Amino acid sequence: MLMNLFKFKGGVKPPSNKLQSNHLPIAQAPMPSRLIVPLHQSIGGTPRPIVAAGDHVLKGQMIGQADGWISAAVHAPTSGTVLEVAMHVRPHPSGLDSLCVVIEPDGKDEWITRTPINHKAAEPADVFHHLQQCGIVGLGGAGFPAHGKLTPSKGVAMDELIINGAECEPFITCDDLLMRERADEVVRGIAVFRDLLQPKKVLIGIEDNKPEAIAAMRAAVDAQNEPFSVVAVPTLYPAGGAKQLIRVLTGKEVPGSMRSTADMGVQVFNVGTAYSAWRAVAYGEPLVSRILTITGNVHAPRNYEVLIGTPMDELLALAQPHPDTDGILMGGPMMGFLVPNPQVPVVKTTNCLIAHDDRLFPPKAPEMPCIRCGACARACPHELQPFEMYWFARAKNFGKTQEYNIFDCIECGCCSYVCPSRIPLVQYFRFAKSEIWAREREKNAADQAKARFEFKQYREEREKADKAEKLAKAAAAQAAKKAAEAAAAAAAEGDATAPASAAPDAASPTVNPEKDAKRATIEAAMARAKAQREAVQPKNVDNLTPEQQQAAAEIEARRVAAHLVEPEPVAPPSEKSE
Amino acid sequence: MFAPAPFLLKDASVSQVMIQVCVALIPGIAAYASLVGPAILVQLVIATLSALLAEAVMLKLRGKPLALFLTDGSAIVTAWLIALTFPPLAPWWLVVTGTAFAVVVAKHLYGGLGQNPFNPAMVAFAVCIVAFPALMSQWPSVGLQLGLIDQMNIILGWAPRVDALSGATPLDAMKTALKLGEGSFDVSTLLANQDIYGNFAGRGWEWVAGGYLLGGLWLWHRQLITWHVPLAFVGSLSLISGALWLYNPAQFASPLFHLLSGGAMLGAFFIATDPVSGCTTPRGKLIFGAGCGLLAYIIRVFGGYPDGVAFAVLLMNLSAPVIDLLTQPPVFGMKDKA
Repeated sequence: MLMNLFKFKGGVKPPSNKLQSNHLPIAQAPMPSRLIVPLHQSIGGTPRPIVAAGDHVLKGQMIGQADGWISAAVHAPTSGTVLEVAMHVRPHPSGLDSLCVVIEPDGKDEWITRTPINHKAAEPADVFHHLQQCGIVGLGGAGFPAHGKLTPSKGVAMDELIINGAECEPFITCDDLLMRERADEVVRGIAVFRDLLQPKKVLIGIEDNKPEAIAAMRAAVDAQNEPFSVVAVPTLYPAGGAKQLIRVLTGKEVPGSMRSTADMGVQVFNVGTAYSAWRAVAYGEPLVSRILTITGNVHAPRNYEVLIGTPMDELLALAQPHPDTDGILMGGPMMGFLVPNPQVPVVKTTNCLIAHDDRLFPPKAPEMPCIRCGACARACPHELQPFEMYWFARAKNFGKTQEYNIFDCIECGCCSYVCPSRIPLVQYFRFAKSEIWAREREKNAADQAKARFEFKQYREEREKADKAEKLAKAAAAQAAKKAAEAAAAAAAEGDATAPASAAPDAASPTVNPEKDAKRATIEAAMARAKAQREAVQPKNVDNLTPEQQQAAAEIEARRVAAHLVEPEPVAPPSEKSE
Repeated sequence: MFAPAPFLLKDASVSQVMIQVCVALIPGIAAYASLVGPAILVQLVIATLSALLAEAVMLKLRGKPLALFLTDGSAIVTAWLIALTFPPLAPWWLVVTGTAFAVVVAKHLYGGLGQNPFNPAMVAFAVCIVAFPALMSQWPSVGLQLGLIDQMNIILGWAPRVDALSGATPLDAMKTALKLGEGSFDVSTLLANQDIYGNFAGRGWEWVAGGYLLGGLWLWHRQLITWHVPLAFVGSLSLISGALWLYNPAQFASPLFHLLSGGAMLGAFFIATDPVSGCTTPRGKLIFGAGCGLLAYIIRVFGGYPDGVAFAVLLMNLSAPVIDLLTQPPVFGMKDKA
């Protein structure tokens, strides 16, 4: 089991604050009064709602259908009645509304028919579809649909499958408790991932401050006789960052610009994802609940299994928050955020709720100028130069921030944590990134507008040219005709022997028949138009019931009687124009 | 409201950094005080008070919060470095002028804390040695034992500046003797026969240098400075002085003499490590430190000034931005591509 571990540069050691919540077993949270299930809970397309207000739903019934390949279905967390499908504030720092399905539980918690899948016998595509339909997404934080990460990159051998049980953020203990109590099913879930990805090695990384979890996972791996290595990694924030854990366990450094770690033959899943994937495969259970740490300024911190969609204030009450609690932090204190209001629901990626108060998280001292001490650069796990990026972000010189690789920043907060000048560096970087994105969007929009304009110009010019050509042709034809006529007239009047005239007798009488033909055409067109007008009937007189027809006839009779109209069924002009 | 993560912050502040720098200076100051008497403490007080006053005036003029910036300790560090590099019996107004120039011009006119391209204390030293070369070269002779009152009188200008004050530093004395002697003296005879010298360098000054070294190592231990600048400084100074010493030991003093003389230790650990005006990348710091050591040696041995640390640091300050630009380390995952 001894293996060579690697180090990543930087990192910080904030007080872990995990002991408060990891000494009690996972408890079941009581059924909330109502569930607010946001449809957009994962990276990728927003699932489309497939239920409407008033519908009765069963636990595990799909309520949001995956939209595209990178998207995952959303399910009713319990049985009950759909109250509404409406916009509600979601747990996101933006505080913006998103479409949610609100369900009133009926208290029966009645499951829909669940269909497991034999992942060894089934086609991989069917297993991916099953996981997508069960709404399995990464529970470590980003919420990337799990099935989207289960295919190796083309032409790159899958060397290592890494299972992330590091849980490096302070306060959070949900993965710790999951591994202690449900190691067996976690390991079975890992085996599913292994079967799909066929990696050469499976490494389970757990920070060495969780000895119980390490022991439980080792026991489960041994019991199932799996060749997985459970590796204790040094406790150092952010060792649980995907790229940091890859570095520690394999020595590989995945560049920030590389979107998928599979391109370097390695893939990472959170332990919670493995667990819910196993529940989906073996029991056909969609992801409707998760384990969540409730801690911070509370009397009874603990881990709970909670239904997705449970309002946070109802959960926080379970842990008995102290009266001076002034907010709820979702996630850990390094990367989490204060939720916009306490009623926002738990989503698939909610791993921790921390009751916030000024004692635990003292208000920040005033920001001082940067003294270039370099503490941030030494703490940065991606080996960036945060003070340089700060300098340019502050000056809104965003091009320079990109030269200093601002998009490699994972916003782990190490730089802000160590800064003696108390500069909220991460905020500056988020600001710079969003400005760059906004400018890119603007530029794309401008480019598109430019392309449209240029095409329009081209089209107009082409049309102009076409028209000119047509006119020229018509003029030429006219001239030729005139010349021919003149020649014919000359031939008829003057030289009778001229060969140009084909019909010398018909030359003069052609004028009148032409005029007659024109008149006839005009008359025919007018007749057609009249017939068309008469053929058009007002739309609202189609499919009338006999009663309505009778009523209409009576009205018509009254109008005729009052000499308002001619006794002729003519539709009013306004309806004709339709 | 925008998310202000992280919510947990390390217990750190600019004033903590500055206070620790001051604490690290204490062993050197103690050795210095035992060498030249309480005058140095008087100078420290004068420099501190004038720095704080200049800082307050400038903050007021610039409309900055007084309490926040006066307590950051940066002006005190500048003041102490000035007091420690100026002659200990320099008249009070010289120290005040130097300090005021450092704070007003070198620091605040460039934008205040964190914005100065040059080390303010070294700017003060350079300005004063150019403007008042005689006063800046008068060091108390060895064995001059004056009490606090006498020293106060000299500093405040109430007593005549006697000849005993106009000694040279050991470094200066060595250079002058070697130049005047035109080969008739050699370094080892000078060291052995003049009581200005101790075992390796200036008598007593060795201990001051040792005090700075001790404080500097503590700063490194506290992770307030990295090893790069001091090691490169000491390394390049040793290398160049060692090479010339091996070439001609009669004309060139040993590396130990150079390391323990003048501002070498103070410069290596406290001045060249100033993050604001120095380099920030690891390779940049090595170049910066090596440049300081090399230039200091060239100026102090071949130049016209008794010591070269101040000008060496200023010259390297000038090159720091471009060194930083050219030595950016590769980021995570990009090492084989760099």
